[in-house]
Amino acid sequence: MFMSFPGDPELNKRISDATSEAVRISEIYLPQDVKSRLKNAYFNEKNSVAKQEIANIMENIRLAEERKAPLCQDTGIPVVYITLPPDIGWSHDMREAVYSGVRKATIVTPLRPNVVGPISRENTGDNTGHDMPPIHLSVGEKFTITILPKGAGSENVSAIKMMNPSEKDLIQRFVVETMLKAGGRPCPPVILGVGIGGTFDISAALAKEALLMQIDSMTSYEQEICDKVNALGIGPMGLGGDTTCLAVKVKTAGCHTASLPVAVNVQCWASRRATVEVIV
Amino acid sequence: MKHLSTPLGDEILDLKAGECITLSGTVYTARDEAHIRMMEEGIPFDPKGAVVYHCGPVIQNNEIVVAGPTTSARMNQLTGFILDAGIRGLIGKGGMSAGVRDQLKGRAVYLAFTGGCANLAAARMKLEGVYYPGLGMAEAVWQIRLDKLPLTVAMDTKGGDLFAKVEEYAKKAFRDLYP
Repeated sequence: MFMSFPGDPELNKRISDATSEAVRISEIYLPQDVKSRLKNAYFNEKNSVAKQEIANIMENIRLAEERKAPLCQDTGIPVVYITLPPDIGWSHDMREAVYSGVRKATIVTPLRPNVVGPISRENTGDNTGHDMPPIHLSVGEKFTITILPKGAGSENVSAIKMMNPSEKDLIQRFVVETMLKAGGRPCPPVILGVGIGGTFDISAALAKEALLMQIDSMTSYEQEICDKVNALGIGPMGLGGDTTCLAVKVKTAGCHTASLPVAVNVQCWASRRATVEVIV
Repeated sequence: MKHLSTPLGDEILDLKAGECITLSGTVYTARDEAHIRMMEEGIPFDPKGAVVYHCGPVIQNNEIVVAGPTTSARMNQLTGFILDAGIRGLIGKGGMSAGVRDQLKGRAVYLAFTGGCANLAAARMKLEGVYYPGLGMAEAVWQIRLDKLPLTVAMDTKGGDLFAKVEEYAKKAFRDLYP
């Protein structure tokens, strides 16, 4: 049997191709659970402007599929999540293979080049750069590459707060307040990923990982926050209406007895994600 | 629903914030850099009744691939002179400042297009020409012909402002939720 090893050029080629393909699919085809939520929102919406906005979004989703073009011109930064089977190790070459897949996708999808130096603001032109895009590794049954393209409009209004442990009943208020401050800027209707616990950095990572979860169901805790955000009446694009938030997803981790980190990652309606398996 | 065409005339005086319309005819894209260039060198197209679209499209082989709206608030300080020159419509997303709302009074409207709907926009557009190509794809002024683009009147000519109204409502709703 042919054995794969870190320096295997064939395997690296498959990693690169899988990355490029996951990026392309994520940019053009919105996941079915997100489309269903939008459709439900359209039927339940009572505000006529909001209804028109959701109709425009649904028509845009259809046209993206038909034209095989990215859903939005902000093609985002491709946040990469990789699961590795227990018998496969991660290597420098594999990371380079992921980067080469992103560069390829920049041309074939096509993507807008979005990655710049943080201070120089010089664009690298290919959506990769110093430690970019971010790669998150975990162990899984199969070798998979998941891409979550994250646009700036919604990322920029995300928030993190180191709360006091005694303030656990104020978590919900913090999430709703984050959306109040955001208003129409993140292109609502939004999906809110909430990370509770961990450390300062882990809470933010959890909030983003929560955006990878299916949104066809919510826990009662998530539903309660979602209803309160919708009560703000911000509506699609901040033009008013019943539909501000399509779903809230929460992920938790243990934390220090003296801390309560809470992070809210705001995601626009174009909640893009796609997974491609790498055949080992 | 009203169907408007460029160049815009006094028919826009009857529009009310919150009204859904469609717009057809020629529009010009402009972001920050293009506004600054026009301020320095003058507007390169006839501004009378014209419409400016806050947008940085993706163009490939003289075709519009995607062309969604960008955040209009970045142009808050750069809008007065184009209105003085005769521009009567602005298209963008996210709303504009109270200052712009005052500058619009009696002469021009701000129209919201759905954020992220870059394909819907492109499907209703034809590329006609370009000014300032040297500014790069996103910042150049692209002359585009629209075919019934669906828009919402967000600021009218009488000071009506849908974004401000919604923001006020949201603040009150938050106070009711968490007194």
